[in-house]
Amino acid sequence: MSSDTSFLVAHHFDDAEQQHEASTLGMWLFLVTEIMFFGGLFTAYVVYRTAFADAFAHASHHLDITLGATNTAVLIGSSLTMALAVHAAQVGNKRGLQLFLFLTIVLGSIFLGIKAIEYAHKFHEGHVPGPFFLWEGPEAGNAELFFSLYFGMTGLHALHMVIGISILAILLVQANRGWYGPLYFTPVEITGLYWHFVDIVWIFLFPLLYLIGRH
Amino acid sequence: MTSIPAPRTPNPEPRRAHYLNVSYGVRSWLLTTDHKRIALLYLTSITLMFLIGSLFAVLIRLELLTPAGDLVQSDTYNKLFTMHGIVMVFFFLIPSIPAVFGNFLVPMMIGARDLAFPRLNLLSWYIYMVGAVFTLWVIFSGGVDTGWTFYTPFSTTAATTKVIPAALGIFITGFSSILTGLNFIVTIHRMRAPGLTWFRLPLFIWAHYATSVIMILGTPVIAITVLLVGLERGFHLGIFDPALGGDPILFQHLFWFYSHPAVYIMILPSMGVVSEVITCFSRKRIFGYSFIAVSSLAIAFFGFLVWGHHMFVSSQSVYAAMIFSVLSFAVAIPSAVKVFNWTATLYGGSVRLDAPMLYALGFIGLFTIGGLTGLFLATLGVDVHVHDTYFIVAHFHYIMVGGALMGYLAALHFWWPKITGRLYPEMWARIAAAIVFIGFNLTFFPQFVLGYLGMPRRYHVYPDEFQVLNVMSSAGATILGIGYLLPLIYLIWSMRYGTIALGNPWRATGLEWQTSSPPPTENFDHTPLVTEDAYAYGSREAHVI
Amino acid sequence: MFSNLPLFPEQASTIAKDIDLLFAFILIVALFFSVLIATLVVSFAIRYRRRSDDDVPEDVHGLLALEITWSLIPFGIAMVMFVWGASIFMSLSRPPDNALDVYVVGKQWMWKLQHMEGRQEINELHVPVGQPVKLTLTSEDVIHSFYVPAFRIKMDAVPGRYTYTWFEATKPGTYHLFCAEYCGTQHSGMIGWVHVMERAQYQTWLAQGGMETTALAPAAAGEKLFAGMGCATCHRQASGALGPALAGLAGKSVELEGGRNVVADEGYLRESILDPRAKIVAGYRPVMPTFQGLVSEEQLLQLIQYIKRLGSADQDAGSAIAPEAEVVE
Repeated sequence: MSSDTSFLVAHHFDDAEQQHEASTLGMWLFLVTEIMFFGGLFTAYVVYRTAFADAFAHASHHLDITLGATNTAVLIGSSLTMALAVHAAQVGNKRGLQLFLFLTIVLGSIFLGIKAIEYAHKFHEGHVPGPFFLWEGPEAGNAELFFSLYFGMTGLHALHMVIGISILAILLVQANRGWYGPLYFTPVEITGLYWHFVDIVWIFLFPLLYLIGRH
Repeated sequence: MTSIPAPRTPNPEPRRAHYLNVSYGVRSWLLTTDHKRIALLYLTSITLMFLIGSLFAVLIRLELLTPAGDLVQSDTYNKLFTMHGIVMVFFFLIPSIPAVFGNFLVPMMIGARDLAFPRLNLLSWYIYMVGAVFTLWVIFSGGVDTGWTFYTPFSTTAATTKVIPAALGIFITGFSSILTGLNFIVTIHRMRAPGLTWFRLPLFIWAHYATSVIMILGTPVIAITVLLVGLERGFHLGIFDPALGGDPILFQHLFWFYSHPAVYIMILPSMGVVSEVITCFSRKRIFGYSFIAVSSLAIAFFGFLVWGHHMFVSSQSVYAAMIFSVLSFAVAIPSAVKVFNWTATLYGGSVRLDAPMLYALGFIGLFTIGGLTGLFLATLGVDVHVHDTYFIVAHFHYIMVGGALMGYLAALHFWWPKITGRLYPEMWARIAAAIVFIGFNLTFFPQFVLGYLGMPRRYHVYPDEFQVLNVMSSAGATILGIGYLLPLIYLIWSMRYGTIALGNPWRATGLEWQTSSPPPTENFDHTPLVTEDAYAYGSREAHVI
Repeated sequence: MFSNLPLFPEQASTIAKDIDLLFAFILIVALFFSVLIATLVVSFAIRYRRRSDDDVPEDVHGLLALEITWSLIPFGIAMVMFVWGASIFMSLSRPPDNALDVYVVGKQWMWKLQHMEGRQEINELHVPVGQPVKLTLTSEDVIHSFYVPAFRIKMDAVPGRYTYTWFEATKPGTYHLFCAEYCGTQHSGMIGWVHVMERAQYQTWLAQGGMETTALAPAAAGEKLFAGMGCATCHRQASGALGPALAGLAGKSVELEGGRNVVADEGYLRESILDPRAKIVAGYRPVMPTFQGLVSEEQLLQLIQYIKRLGSADQDAGSAIAPEAEVVE
């Protein structure tokens, strides 16, 4: 490796390639832990949806499918901009990197904004589980289970979005300072992995929560 | 060269720079990224937590001297066993060997300068500390009384104690475990010295690799589970509430899906230690290297498939119970294979019974008994009778204390010279090992009998006929306590007054012994090149697998 | 054989002997291997002790045949244990048809037991010797566990569902009953006694009544509830009735909307009362209201017992109601 980039390699690594491989493997392993983390909630969801199929379908119909679908499109779009950001860093396109990081942040924030609107709706309709839960229909208990899982799963997902956006903001600041280029773009790349993962979780959440029994 | 005899006054600081004297001051420790210093930070914290957990054990055994509940009230007693379990499991056993010896030795054993992510390593310790302080706050501000198992709906509805903060403390600490495991896996995959192929790795590394896989796959599940308990209790998100159609047994599935593999997190590292110690103190290559290595992976794999054996009487279907039973027998076999291989290593060896070896041999004896009692529990008909009795308590203490803790003490003594540059006093160490072994058996063997006689666990008061065995157990606990206090005293003593150790006082193989004691910050002067298998003690080739 | 040793509780049920025998087998295996390993370790440590620092042991470090042997033999022994244990467990899950029913409700911190002929007990259970007894368990609050060491039986009492176990007592006497699932402050106080009596004595005891003389047999109490809560309005033997007729229903297979079939066991009946929408019988509309919160666990058991008697041979068409009928709380 040329000596003027040796400062980019931490002292305990032999070379940049080892450092890059370690970082990437580390992020993949972390995403495995995230799968297990969400997995617990997905397990609970599968168990209860099997047991209370009708109640879950009824409750699901009270979710706003338009907003959900819009959010899905927004998030997929943000994965595109994220991938473009990684590519821009790879080829040394600083303006592109700044632009695409910024767009990803914007799209992510739009997602969260729409989620906030949905949550507000649910609050007004009395569909937040707990002492103020209102349900006009039978199987109120099972409907409350659905909404517990809805808030638990989308809430956990939203928390991951917030963390992701924060990291993207830091990356943007660093990109502005010219930290990233063809010789070193690992943080952008592994943040991209994280962001795609968060997107994929939503790709599962959306049909499971919003599209039950709809044709 | 012989070792320097201990002078009457403390030695002047050696002029050679190593990781302990390269910098001084609180900041150099609290902001360190050196894996060896982080290991010592962990050593301090978990020793403290162990002492707190032991204090609860003392109170429990004192109360159980008499059938009546005359020392503390029932609510207090329930808190005592809960917090004993939480502190010992999450704050001592799970981190113990990986956080102290894994952190210290994994890079050294593979010829690396540090772990893959040193700052993440420091973060792991801070996360542990936050979780620990949080839990200590819970303990001192009223405590929690759900049992360390947090069964619903008791924990979500009926309990009136600090369940949510306790759950939060465990949640936080779980991330320490996850990050440590992640660090180890990446390090072992990517940072081995040239020539160090997988099947030349020390078995300690194999053990930590398998442990790390369990850590990263299992811990997130307990995290989400305790989070759900907290959410249900705090925000009435009723996932486990039967009134909403929720299933309290779902909690048990989620809880045990982690907590069973967790016991393998607690034992595999000890098994790695035992492999290192047995081979060194027999001066012989370990018997069945590949079998021991692969058995660690097998234990990790099968360990994820047996959680239902904690739930045989929780109303699961007979067929599910049978599947879990058969798999529970399967998971016992790799452990048996290890025990046979360790025993065979002694055959024809040159055995010396230094303290680490005494602890390792003690491990073999006690783990064998504990593991064999697991057969009773895997057996469906018998488990119905002994589930939730003192038989179970005895079983897991044999494995956790007779096994994992003995392994920890073996590691502490074996690598003490490497870590501190001092030798501990051998005679006292051997005496302590004997006291621990005797005290341990006196404490926990009577509990097998109590359990089969029908004494349930978590009982504050008990029928009179169980008293004799309880008194025996409490008496044994006193002896065991003395056995634990001795190392605390002489190890600390040795840090100042112990004989100065050379780089390799045990003449062991292993890369960690090829550098000085204590090691320099970068571990090695030059990256080692590995050309032979692990444990190349013998110089004559004989039967090779 | 083992009942005189202070290491075993009394054997007072048919299954106790089987379990103790299996336990003895595993114990022998465990003792064998513990002694074997201990002996080998100690004797190797002595025989191969280091005699000089320059010892170079022979480099024997592996033998495939040995590895295979000591993997397969323990596995084989383990499989024997598995099959043996599984068969006992299977029989524990299959109460004989002639078993006496006793309903058990656990709550913090007591056991409430209900005999079908009317007597109730708290923390005590009287049973006849030589007669299988089937326990149907549930809990009103948290998970408890019904444990009788002398019978070697244990089964959790879980809120929201029914669990089952059974035993046949073989020896008259009095035996410990413990709660074996931690349930809060008085967990270790949630204990009692099982009294096994000769048959004649048991019949006498049953007829006596004790302090609950005025209590109705559960089936009769259930009949009163059935009428009083308006169940009969819809569940009638008539065409056009809004709800399926219940005579002879208990234990039969039911076809649901959507084609699935379920067995109408106690759990199904309980669920149908508390969560009627969960399973809709084919051909009926989902109009049954829920009785969640309107019936206690005991009342549910009474209704279920009544439904079980409907259309069966020993149905009492309301004639056995005692004058001062009290609906049991």
